[in-house]
Amino acid sequence: MSTFDPVLLFFLLGLTAGLLRSELRLPAAVYELVSMLLLLSIGLKGGIELGKQPFGNLALQALAVMAMGTLLPLIAFPVLRYMGRFPRADAASIAAHYGSVSVATYAVAASYFASRQVQFEAHMPFLLAVLEVPAILVGIVLARGFSRDMRIGAIAHEALLGKGIVLLVGGLVIGWISGAEGLAPMNPLFFDLFKGILALFLLEMGLITATQFGSLRRYGLFLVLFGIGMPLFSSLVGIALGYVLGLSLGGTAMLAILAASASYIAVPAAMRISVPEANPTLSLAASLGVTFPFNVTIGIPLYHAMATRVFALTGG
Amino acid sequence: MSSSMRKLLTIITEAALESVLAKDLERLGVQGYTVTDARGKGSRGTRNAAWGESSNIRVEVVCDAATAEAIAAHLQARYYDNYAMILFVSDVAVLRPGKF
Repeated sequence: MSTFDPVLLFFLLGLTAGLLRSELRLPAAVYELVSMLLLLSIGLKGGIELGKQPFGNLALQALAVMAMGTLLPLIAFPVLRYMGRFPRADAASIAAHYGSVSVATYAVAASYFASRQVQFEAHMPFLLAVLEVPAILVGIVLARGFSRDMRIGAIAHEALLGKGIVLLVGGLVIGWISGAEGLAPMNPLFFDLFKGILALFLLEMGLITATQFGSLRRYGLFLVLFGIGMPLFSSLVGIALGYVLGLSLGGTAMLAILAASASYIAVPAAMRISVPEANPTLSLAASLGVTFPFNVTIGIPLYHAMATRVFALTGG
Repeated sequence: MSSSMRKLLTIITEAALESVLAKDLERLGVQGYTVTDARGKGSRGTRNAAWGESSNIRVEVVCDAATAEAIAAHLQARYYDNYAMILFVSDVAVLRPGKF
């Protein structure tokens, strides 16, 4: 089956090995390195393109994407609170996960588009970085309300200086300063090896996903339905926004994928410190156990097809 | 060998707490502490350290009895409800009491 991206087979291998309780695991330091390389190469690639974009255009897109990152958790919260009957802190924390993004999903999508020669705006990693943060702040406010004793400094530090954001933004800046020619000597590490690194990363993701299935069984059907329903809804918002912003077909599909993806690194870390009473098992079971596997297997081709349909219908 | 008795306070908790905990310890007046990565299983399930969210740390502090009690009381009040955390205290002999 040549249409199935081989990197996904690595994910399935990890998932299967995890479910069968194999002893397989990536050493923690290797996993750290692999995710660093992934974040840096995505950042560098986006940074090279940043310099070519008019500033006003970028600022407008960044503002629109921030608005989307604020809106999505505000929609998810009442659904979780009143339909899912979750306690306030849990509903706020899960909502924040779904307003933010997953870099791994972006990486799989980039690889999917590359193998199909679908072009998309190369400065997408910039929007990816922008979309990570607003949902964290919205989630904290949803859980806590606006209170005077909110330690803004500590929260901002947590949200803006998580290692994912630092590496992604750092890569963007280095790519922007250096340009494609400056980075050429590093191509073998950051760009040529991208697929292999992604494969190793997804192997570990499969193992991690497998550990979430146990908690899913315990917390039931609603989380599974939410974990599939929410990204489907978010992808529609992403497609609408991409269309309004005048992005290309590939760019619109990519924005839909970003909207649909759910965080599992930046948001859990921030929530653990800022909203300690929220149960991290719930949000990780949903974002890692349901949404991530759904997005990389079914979601990405589906959102691409939906965007294609919208462009065909509107003659765009 | 002349030695003095001090308390060894061992805290096993979520890796996410490391930086917050370090600040707390310094504020409570400890002279130093040691952090190691850890994994294991407890009432909050397996913490296998496969990745950041599921990893544990073990923090060891050697200090006098009063400080050990202050730390234990603070941690219990502040973190026990919402975080995976255990803490135990043992007696240890040290050679240079001035350091602790």
